[in-house]
Amino acid sequence: MPESKITVEKLNLWFGENHVLKDVSFSIPPNAVTAIMGPSGCGKSTLLRTVNRMNDLILGTRVTGDIRIDGQSIFADTTDVIDLRKRVGMVFQKPNPFPKSILENVAFGPRIHRMGNHADIQQRVEQALRHANLWDEVKDRLHDNAFSLSGGQQQRLCTARCLSVEPEIVLLDEPASALDPHSTARLEELIRQLKQDYTVVIVTHNMQQAARVSDWCAFLMLGELVEFGRTENIFTKPKDRRTEDFLTGKFG
Amino acid sequence: MRLRKVADRAVRGVFLANAILSAVVLLGILAFLLFYGVRTFSGTPLLKFLFGTVWNPDAYGEPSYGLLPLLLGSFASTAIALLIAIPLGIASAVFISERLKGWVRVTVKTLVELFAGFPSVVIGFFGLVVLAPLIARIFNVPSGLNLLNAGLLLGLMSLPTIISVADDALRVVPHSYREAAYALGATPWTTATRIVLPAARSGILAAVMLGFGRAVGETMAVLMVAGNAALMPKSLFDPIRTITSTIAIELGESAFGDTHFYSLFALGFVLFLLALATNLIAESLIKREKRSFTL
Ligand SMILES: Nc1ncnc2c1ncn2[C@@H]1O[C@H](COP(=O)(O)OP(=O)(O)O)[C@@H](O)[C@H]1O
Ligand SMILES: [Mg+2]
Repeated sequence: MPESKITVEKLNLWFGENHVLKDVSFSIPPNAVTAIMGPSGCGKSTLLRTVNRMNDLILGTRVTGDIRIDGQSIFADTTDVIDLRKRVGMVFQKPNPFPKSILENVAFGPRIHRMGNHADIQQRVEQALRHANLWDEVKDRLHDNAFSLSGGQQQRLCTARCLSVEPEIVLLDEPASALDPHSTARLEELIRQLKQDYTVVIVTHNMQQAARVSDWCAFLMLGELVEFGRTENIFTKPKDRRTEDFLTGKFG
Repeated sequence: MRLRKVADRAVRGVFLANAILSAVVLLGILAFLLFYGVRTFSGTPLLKFLFGTVWNPDAYGEPSYGLLPLLLGSFASTAIALLIAIPLGIASAVFISERLKGWVRVTVKTLVELFAGFPSVVIGFFGLVVLAPLIARIFNVPSGLNLLNAGLLLGLMSLPTIISVADDALRVVPHSYREAAYALGATPWTTATRIVLPAARSGILAAVMLGFGRAVGETMAVLMVAGNAALMPKSLFDPIRTITSTIAIELGESAFGDTHFYSLFALGFVLFLLALATNLIAESLIKREKRSFTL
């Protein structure tokens, strides 16, 4: 087992009567890309959204087990959700910029967390946009509406917005599913760069994508963790029959 | 295929006919107001109507038809109403849309909408028997039938309209904006005020305008509590007379064909212009806000 940034331990989650995650346990290493794979509806998004407690917003959610970040339980009474979400950033499936200017989109996070004065925030915006490989394309049009960007640019803008508050962990939920192949390639390149500074967790039902970007790989089925390991091991010598079936396209 | 085309055309025809009919009726009313209204000015000069500070059609000898006290009455009471109803209405809408869930939300929304359709006589009655004595006692004034009472009542009446329309506007803001904000560590309050409200700006503006319309156009309730002296109000505790009340009170007592009678149609025309102006302003604001996109 690798050194652990996020430890998931016997995690169970219910939406009402629906038992969505079943006894999921694994460790996500720091400064690496971990992919969560699996067929549609198996609970990948739910697992990801548990890490920054976005499921709290859904009525009737019940959780047992634990998730620890740097050894600290995210469900502990002493854990502040606001602070947790600042440390754990998220990029959603469909690009969802705010209906504001490009600048305002990236400045929003640093502003609400009061991360410095006006100049500091401008600085952070530039840094985040550079980090997301978007700066050169938008530096002359920072006051344009974010919706004037292409889909791929919008998704990189959302990544920049997520990076603007200096998270430690970046969660991405099928970030390329709404993008064309060229934009997808650029985004994947960005994801590989991100691991120098962040712990990256990406959900995908596309195994080629998982193979291309990830170092570690978790395979989820019907809410159960079937297999977790080094991506090359999972792809070349899967231990579980179900993983093999998934990889050879028998379902999913 | 042919049938579908015919049906399509028929439906379109019905809609077009409807649109034309409403336009004709509206223009008809307008022409009627104008036709009768202008006759006022054979009895009293236009400038005296527009800028006169005394409205006293019954005065012995020389009656006066000054619009200003009535216009001021309408504006002052509406201003007080909106001063109360806009902040309170938007805050309530935010609370209902962002904090309430499930059946609680549905119940509250239904109650609000029910209240929006409440008969204004009943609200006027409330102002008369509850609010008026209260105001008289609290502020130690001889009568609680005054500008303040009218403003409070109008505020109360435009409140449900503003809440309901503003809540609808907030509801249609995509959930993904809220999620994005929460995921950045924004509190529900920050999310509501910095993301959701600005995203719903044009709808909120529409809510305010509708609230304004409700306040300016209201006749009954305000007639019951405003004191109805057609004087230039100097304080919150002076009685006022609105344009709508004046028409309602005096139409029955004026003789068909005399200047007094016609002047009431002129007042109606002024009311129409007010409504038109508000709508135009609202629309241009909405358009402008859609074009520019910096905060
Ligand atoms: N907001 C929700 N409320 C209730 N059930 C949900 C909600 N979101 C997802 N689910 C259920 O949880 C299960 C897993 O969904 P999800 O995590 O979105 O799967 P995946 O991302 O792997 O496609 C599904 O059965 C889905 O119906
Ligand atoms: Mg999903």
